[in-house]
Amino acid sequence: MIKGADPMPGEVKVNELALKIGTVNGTGSASANGLLRQAIFRMGIPVSGKNLFPSNIQGLPTWYEIRVNRHGHTARTRTFDLMVAMNPATYARDIKEVRSGGWVLHDSSWPLSGKLAREDVNFLGAPMAQLCVDHFQGDRVRILMKNIVYVGVLGALLDMDMEVVRALLERSFSKKKALLDSNFLAVQLGYDYAKEHFDCPLPIRLETMDENGDSILIDGNTAGALGCVYAGATFAAWYPITPSTSLVDGFSHFCERYRKDPETGDNRFLIVQAEDELAAAGMVVGAGWSGVRAFTATSGPGISLMGEFIGLAYYAEIPSVFFDIQRTGPSTGMPTRTQQGDIQSVIYASHGDTKHIALFPADPGECFYFAVTAFDVAERFQTPVFVVSDLDVGMNDWVVPRLEWDDAYRPDRGKVLSAEDLESMERFHRYLDTDGDGIAYRTLPGVHPKGAYFTRGSGHDQYGRYTEDEEGYTEVMERIARKIQNAATAIPEPVLRKAAEGRGAKLGMVALGGVDRAIVEAQEVLTEQGIEVDYLRIRAYPFHPSVREFLESHERTFVIEQNRDAQLRSLLITEVPFSGDRLPSVRRYGGLPLSATDVIEQVAEALDDSGSTATTMTGSVA
Amino acid sequence: MSWIAKPRIAHPGLPKNALGLTRRDYEGGMSTLCAGCGHDSITAAIIEAFYGLNLPPHRIVKLSGIGCSGKTPTYFLSQAHGFNGVHGRMPAIATGAVGANRELTYVGISGDGDSLSIGLGQLAHAIRRNVDLLYVIENNGVYGLTKGQFSASADVGSKAKKGAENLQPPIDPVLLGLSLGATFVARSFSGDKEQLVPLLQAGVRHRGFALIDVVSPCVTFNDHEGSTKSYIYTREHLTEVTDADFVERMPEIRASYQPGEAIDVRLHDGGMLRLRKVAEGFDPTDRDRAYAYISEGLRDGEVLTGLLHVDESALEMHSVSGTVETPLVDLPFEDLCPGSDALDALQQGFR
Repeated sequence: MIKGADPMPGEVKVNELALKIGTVNGTGSASANGLLRQAIFRMGIPVSGKNLFPSNIQGLPTWYEIRVNRHGHTARTRTFDLMVAMNPATYARDIKEVRSGGWVLHDSSWPLSGKLAREDVNFLGAPMAQLCVDHFQGDRVRILMKNIVYVGVLGALLDMDMEVVRALLERSFSKKKALLDSNFLAVQLGYDYAKEHFDCPLPIRLETMDENGDSILIDGNTAGALGCVYAGATFAAWYPITPSTSLVDGFSHFCERYRKDPETGDNRFLIVQAEDELAAAGMVVGAGWSGVRAFTATSGPGISLMGEFIGLAYYAEIPSVFFDIQRTGPSTGMPTRTQQGDIQSVIYASHGDTKHIALFPADPGECFYFAVTAFDVAERFQTPVFVVSDLDVGMNDWVVPRLEWDDAYRPDRGKVLSAEDLESMERFHRYLDTDGDGIAYRTLPGVHPKGAYFTRGSGHDQYGRYTEDEEGYTEVMERIARKIQNAATAIPEPVLRKAAEGRGAKLGMVALGGVDRAIVEAQEVLTEQGIEVDYLRIRAYPFHPSVREFLESHERTFVIEQNRDAQLRSLLITEVPFSGDRLPSVRRYGGLPLSATDVIEQVAEALDDSGSTATTMTGSVA
Repeated sequence: MSWIAKPRIAHPGLPKNALGLTRRDYEGGMSTLCAGCGHDSITAAIIEAFYGLNLPPHRIVKLSGIGCSGKTPTYFLSQAHGFNGVHGRMPAIATGAVGANRELTYVGISGDGDSLSIGLGQLAHAIRRNVDLLYVIENNGVYGLTKGQFSASADVGSKAKKGAENLQPPIDPVLLGLSLGATFVARSFSGDKEQLVPLLQAGVRHRGFALIDVVSPCVTFNDHEGSTKSYIYTREHLTEVTDADFVERMPEIRASYQPGEAIDVRLHDGGMLRLRKVAEGFDPTDRDRAYAYISEGLRDGEVLTGLLHVDESALEMHSVSGTVETPLVDLPFEDLCPGSDALDALQQGFR
């Protein structure tokens, strides 16, 4: 059983609840939902908000899921204690998702069809539309305020600190008095109605804690954008694509704030909205070649288009950073749903023999730090580096520890020769491994005549000359392979979380990226059930040596991921390499963030099927 | 071996430019193109142009796509950084490079396949962005390296070496450039160095995207009877509509032009482009009329050459974007990182 779900009747649950809000896209519900999430955060309670939105501007159904958990478990849940059903078009499916004994808050301005009734769920009707018709003028305002009314209703039902709600509204509308008054009124209307008509508070309720003093609420794309600013990136080229767009929007926003020349007001950055992802990648390659820290942000379809340039950057050894905010593929797929479907297409991107360094942040905090790491690693190893997150990490607000910055940080620019270096050299050869570490020195355009060389994606030898000779070609290819492999210990190492301190479990779990919180929660529940499973979170490719050690020291290791084809598992088999017989797969990839229940169910099922931990299991229930 | 170093023996009597450099200092490796290739003549004109502009070779960046044209940057400016990228994508690389370092001089060499087929989109958007780049299309109407397929610039009725006739209409880079708002559009012929050199020089000095379409016959696959990009056809149908000379900011003004006949176009860096109208009724500063005039010429099978359009009032990419004058690559990290105090302050908003 998951903490916070299905309490016994009559039991009061404090700060352990999951609620879901079903609304219509484009009606302003995002502000109301953000207000709720932010208020709970400010009450010091661990919280997450996940936006399940359609690829649409206005009119289609949209949902917002809020998970509150005093133990800090904020992964998605599959069932909900309370459903705020504001969209009649989705009443039927929304009501089904409420747990037995749970609540449905709906707009009683119109009668609810008897067909939707459920005996085991409590229906709470509040005439939210009618209240707005009575108190506000104009259709648009009435529609917007209806959402704010449910914040007020929930405030009473869940016993929220309404002073916190009011303070947040004041911050948002400090310069718009009329809007502030409307919002105050709408909140009060909902609150008063609930107090008068319902038995407030419900047995699921909120209580102020002190868990968030050193935390912030931030989404991964904003944090990643901030990381780019702090890393000193000055050039971005991109093509709009969900769910990566907000990363470049964020970069632009922060540049406007931090990157204006104080005297002239000129930009200390350049952002180019390219004609397509191909061009975006090419611009990043051109800028990286010229010596600036350059990046692009995209999603799976963009990675497919960028393939040719990624190969060029790999072979010509040009620092470049690519953010891939994964969404559900293949093809256009489900653009507003999450997945981990690009693991292999990123690592092996482009034709020919290529393997790329990739970083896998698990939350927005790591998006910030890994952005900085990505630029350092890209310049040090003179190669494309990928920061691979997903829609859930990128676009949803997560509670993470306050970001920290060391002012002593200086960028690792790698082996770049200065004019003085070149002046004192006899001759410069671009691809000559003079230090034996697989990394050759590079030069930037315009610095010194001796630094000039001809960069090409065609066959070249270690002197940078065009070649069609086997020996000259192979020498360079072998060095690049060595260089990339050497990066394994220079990139973020895996994080080990043992089921029990002081001893190793027989079972293991391996995963990467945004599924982390679901797995941590599952691990705790499994431990309570007597099933000890150690957990290793991989944070980068090429794999750190400790990945092999972990796999070897566990009889079986569940590889947990959000794609159909068990891409991470395949990588472990071929790249560690390791026997697939000892790597059972756990997958859920239909577009929603992973929940602990997904992990627990599939692990338990695999253990039941095998009877003992010695047999093998490679299939799974998706 | 496709890379042959050229012996570097300079005769002490070789003329020198204002930097004390000889033409040799602007040369590159030996060409591996076919003997008589128009592209080699363009290479020679580029060497002459940069020599004449007195630019330090290492402050120039040369870029190209893929194809015969893509190979040519190895044949000039061996002291300049070069980038032979992927097919049709040189404009993107150039945009990034110009973005990173606006102080250098950029020359991109492309071909008709590279620019008008696989790279048409990139060319169009580099024009639209007005990236500060001299962009030369070495236009021979044919795919050479893959042995003679028609390109998108082949004229209707043009015959391939094996006799097949092209029936699809050509894409004309000059009309394309004009319709996309290109700020510098010229056409020349590889065999006309006298015209090409000043056009190249003016294109370098133009602040923005300078498009020069150079008809460059392919001696192996497209120089036969029936080809409209052959030496003979081009020479017979070539009509010069403007006679351009490029005048540097400081040096002597050549006296070969009669005042009254010429139009002076002042370039941003203070240089002067002096145009003498040759054809009646043609005005290169009037985009619409230039378009009509060139269209009519094409209809009649004429290859109109010279500077066909120039607009010095348009802003290039950095000016439009408001980028600092200092090249981004030279900005110190201290000016780029907001620091820990700013981060702490910012995070108050994330609570």
